[in-house]
Order: sequence, then structure tokens, then C-alpha cells
Amino acid sequence: MKKIILALSLLLSTGVMAAGSNVQLDTAEYDLTDKASLQSGAQMFMNYCLGCHQTQYQRYQRTFDDLDIPLEIGQANLMFTGEKPGDHIRNAMPSESAAKWFGAPPPDLTLVARVRGADWIYTYLRTFYVDDSRPFGVNNLVFPEVGMPHVLQELQGVPTRTSEKMLVDGEMVDRYVGIKADGTGELNAAEFDTAILNLVNYLVYIGEPSRLESENIGRWVLIFLLVLLVLVYLLKKDYWRDVH
Amino acid sequence: MVKNLMGWIEYRLPIMRVANQHAIQYPAPRNMNIWYMFGFLATIVLVNQIVTGVWLTMSYTPTAEEAFASVEYIMRDVEYGYILRYMHSTGASAFFIVIYLHMFRGMIYGSYQKPRELLWLFGMFIYLALMAEAFMGYVLPWGQMSYWGAQVIVSLFSAIPVIGPDLVIWIQGDYVISGATLNRFFALHVIALPLVIVILVFLHIVALHEVGSNNPDGTDVKRKKGSLSEGEKTKYKIHEYYTEKYDILDDIVPFFPHIVLKDLIGLSVFLIVFCYIMFFAPGMGGYFLEHPNFEIANPLKTPEHIFPVWYFTPFYAILKAVPHKLGGVIAMFSAIIFLALLPWIDRGKVKSWRYRCGLHTWNLLTFAAVFIFLGYLGGTPQEAWKIVASQIATIMYFGFFVLLFMYSKNERTKPVPSRITG
Repeated sequence: MKKIILALSLLLSTGVMAAGSNVQLDTAEYDLTDKASLQSGAQMFMNYCLGCHQTQYQRYQRTFDDLDIPLEIGQANLMFTGEKPGDHIRNAMPSESAAKWFGAPPPDLTLVARVRGADWIYTYLRTFYVDDSRPFGVNNLVFPEVGMPHVLQELQGVPTRTSEKMLVDGEMVDRYVGIKADGTGELNAAEFDTAILNLVNYLVYIGEPSRLESENIGRWVLIFLLVLLVLVYLLKKDYWRDVH
Repeated sequence: MVKNLMGWIEYRLPIMRVANQHAIQYPAPRNMNIWYMFGFLATIVLVNQIVTGVWLTMSYTPTAEEAFASVEYIMRDVEYGYILRYMHSTGASAFFIVIYLHMFRGMIYGSYQKPRELLWLFGMFIYLALMAEAFMGYVLPWGQMSYWGAQVIVSLFSAIPVIGPDLVIWIQGDYVISGATLNRFFALHVIALPLVIVILVFLHIVALHEVGSNNPDGTDVKRKKGSLSEGEKTKYKIHEYYTEKYDILDDIVPFFPHIVLKDLIGLSVFLIVFCYIMFFAPGMGGYFLEHPNFEIANPLKTPEHIFPVWYFTPFYAILKAVPHKLGGVIAMFSAIIFLALLPWIDRGKVKSWRYRCGLHTWNLLTFAAVFIFLGYLGGTPQEAWKIVASQIATIMYFGFFVLLFMYSKNERTKPVPSRITG
């Protein structure tokens, strides 16, 4: 029995491996009720991501309303090119040129958390490392040969991939240990992780803005149904009393 | 006044007569158990799909350019649009869950046997129409899986000799899956197939009420006219449509309110599970809404793995198990045709597995397990061992019918009680 459980858990754990690479993903412990984190994530998105990536299905106004951002503050700090609050969150980058610059147009990120999952984004954004063979000088562990530059380098500093020599089956191999920044960034390692987590939180929110409302309504619906179940059960019992 | 009005209408339209004949005074065996609620649940889900579908149609745009964005418009800008969409998407999966359980009920209690062959066939036609309906509906959000799933399924028709390639172009309305395909699938999904399904469900119910409901004992609750004493007859008021032809045993209850109340308990439990999924985990970990389908369809980018949604995966595994395209397609459709022919493959006279041989019980349970296993094989990434496994499972799937055909002729059955038990 134990063996079966082990086999099953191994089988399942391969499911969380990132596609195309064998890096174990870190768990992103995001919290959709943490408005401060979401606001900080929104700020980070508008400043670092929106230049290339749109979230074209989501409107500014909806984001401000859901994240408790007053309209004037949102307009002053998160909207840069004179849009109206009811507009979708877009940028002005022509996708044909973008395809030339990066090899592929930067994808829309409205639903990226629903496609990739929070853990993938959380790990991806924290595993850029210096690789001189790449056009932008960086590569990525979960997305090998990535076309995106390390946009957050000013926050993280210059990241390098560290490894240790290890003896495996009689051969010396390099075993990946982690990513280490050189300390030139604005944030230290822990602060950088928190900043990324805020950004992931925001991307999860934007992927499904109605998540919390859905769960709030859902709780009342389930309470109603449980009461209904009791009533219907009692009614049935009453009607069936005379059936032998 | 009201009575006069009712009488005026009834004289011209038999509302009460139909309600009495088909619900209030319809005789239902009183031993119907939990397995007997899935038909009722399927009807409820059908109504849910139609009602939410109408509202989704109000905001959805069936073009390749706008479809994906219009679904996100429903999710974000339409008031409670996300609830409508999740009711519809969760409903699609729920439909297949209740239908598979409903079919398995028919198999274990022999509900397909004489005189319910036509009833079973109508059911199989509903199942086929439902599969077409679900497939076309899945294309409408125009995500990556919509597009590439459609690609895989439509290309199956190219395996048909001679006319295949032209048939594919005719179905697609284009040389590739395109906006033209999306638009016609939309038309079929919202008008043609729902109409077919509703008509078939109507016929299914009419045929059921003509022959009467089966029950877990498989014992008939009707006797020849005049063969029962007053004490043996049911004390409930039963519609003369039934009592004119038969004497009805004291083993029944009226459908309304007795069976309806039983079904309502089932419905409440079903809705608790359904609403939990719908409000808290509508994607069901990628099974009800596949992750790649949140990415807009891109004809230039093939997804790493292409799977149909979970309810098609058993047949997808059978398709892939045969190393020949046409052969695979034939095997896949045969899997459904064999199921439809069950009333003639099973030559037994005893209906319920309670009173049939041990081999039959084993055969049925193995069949269910093989079906689930095939679903797993068809819905997970291809690996070398899975090819052999799906071939073995496919043989076992068809083996169920072969075995049944052989042992049912001279089966050693237990005596069936003359009155229903429990």
C-alpha cells in the first residue's frame, strides 16, 4: 500500500514540474484579500510590465474599484498616457515591431495566471540569470531561451546561477543550487521575493477579478442549500411515512 | 371563477390530464433507489444549460476576432456574467457525470432489456447529440484547446475513404478551422442541437411512461387486467390510462409527490456539490476548464499536449490505441454503437444484477473500471506504456460485450422475487 501511495505521489508531483524544464516550482502564497499587496502589485505591473505587456480585457476603473484605489490617486499614479478610467489597460507598442524586437510579441497578461498558474510566474520572475549567449544577456530557468530581458534587474541586481560540483554515479556534475543577486539592486533578496509575490497576487486577481465575490456569494448559496436539504428531507420523510 | 377558467382551458388543452397521466398519477416502483435520480438531475441540468445559454448568447460574439474577448467581457463587465458562464461550463461537465451514472444505472438493473429497447436507443441518441453539443460548445470560447481540439476532432473525418478530405472542408466551411467554422458551430450549438436534444428527451420520457419505470429488482409492478384482488392492488389513485390496461400492484407510489420529493433530496445534494465547484473551483484543477484554453486560439502555435475535455477522453484513448487512423475512428464509433446495441447483445431474461450470475457483476464492475482507466489514459500525456495499456483496455472494453453475449444465453440466475423487495 505504501508503495502505491509513493508511486502515486511521484506521478502527481511530475504534474507540477514546469513544462519544458525540470525546475521544481516554488509555491506562491498569495492572498487575494490583502489589498496592500494587490495595490503594490498593480503599481509594479503598471511601471515594469505594461510597457510591453497589455492586460487588454481588464479596465482601469474595475481594477481601482476592486483594489480600493481612489480614482484620483489611481489616475495620478497608475495611468500614464491620458486614458479614461473606463478604458482597457493597453499599451501603445505595435505588436509587429515587438515581434521583431523580441522574436515574438509579448503576450497579453490578463489571463496569464490562469494559463500558467501562480507558482510558475512566481518562480519564473525570480529565476532570471546572466547568460552571455542570449541576446539580452539573460536566460531563465523555468523558461529556457526566453525572449524577455530581465526587466526587474534594477530591483534585484545582477542575478547569477550558482551551482556546486557533485559526484553523481561516479561523475562530477554541476548541480543547480540557486539564483544569487550581486547586491546592486534596490531590494535585498527577501524584499525582492515579497515584491514578486505582490505582482503575482495582482496577476492572479486580474486573471479572475470576480474570485472573492464568487466565494462570498457561494457561501450564502451553500448555507441556503443545506437548509433546503434538511427541509426537503423532513418533507420526504413525512410523505413516505405511510409507505411500508 | 378560477374553476370555470380552468375548465374552459382544459376543454381545449389537456393540461391537467397530461399532468395527472405523466406525473401526479404516474405509478413508480417504491423501491427506486439513489441510482434512479440521475434522469431527473439530467433534466435539471438541461434546463440550466438552456437558460444560462440564452443569457450567454446575449453577450457572446461568434467571430474569430471577437469570441475570446467577448467571453472575457462576460466574465468582467456583464453583471454576474461570471456566474452565468460558470453555471454553463460546470453544467457541461455535470451533464456528463449524471448521464454516465444514468447509463450505468440502466446497465446494472437491465433497464435496456425488453420492453425498454427503444427507450435505451433514444437515450443513446441523446448521448450522441450531447457529445456533439458539448464539442461545439467547447470551440466557442476560441481558446487554444478550443481550436486545437476542434482540429483533432474534425480531422477524424478525413479518415473516411474517398470523401474524407472534402468532407472535412465541408464541415469546416474553410480549408482550415477558422471563423467560418466557429460561426457554424455556434449556430449548431445554440439552435440545431438543443432542439434535437429537447425533442429526443421528450420522446425518451414518452417512451418511458409507455413501458413504465424499471426498478432495482427488475420485477414488474403491473399485472394482467383482472388478475389481482382489491387487497393486492395499490391504494394510490393511478391514472386510468394505466389501470385500464393493467392491474397495478401495491408496490408503487405516485411520481408526484413521492418520487419528486425523493429526487429533490438528490437535487439538493447535487446542487451542494455543483455550487461548491461553481463558486469555489470552477476550473476543477484544469478538468472542467483546461488551463491552455485561457490563451487565445493561435493557429501558428500548437500546444504541447492536446486533450479533449475529460468526458471524451475514454473514447480518445480508444482512438489512439489503434495504430491506424481509419481503424481508430471505427473502433471509437464502435465503442458507442456496441453500447447502443446492448438490448440485443444481452440475451438474458433476468434484468437486475441482483439476480444474475456472479460473472455478470464482475463484468459490469470491470467495464466501469476500464472506462475510467481509458479516461485517464486519454486525458494524460502520451507515454510508451500507455499505448499498450490503452490497447489492453480497449480489448477489455469490447470484451465486456463479447462476454455478455456468451454467458447471457444460458446464464445461471437466482430466482427473481415476484414482488419487489425493500
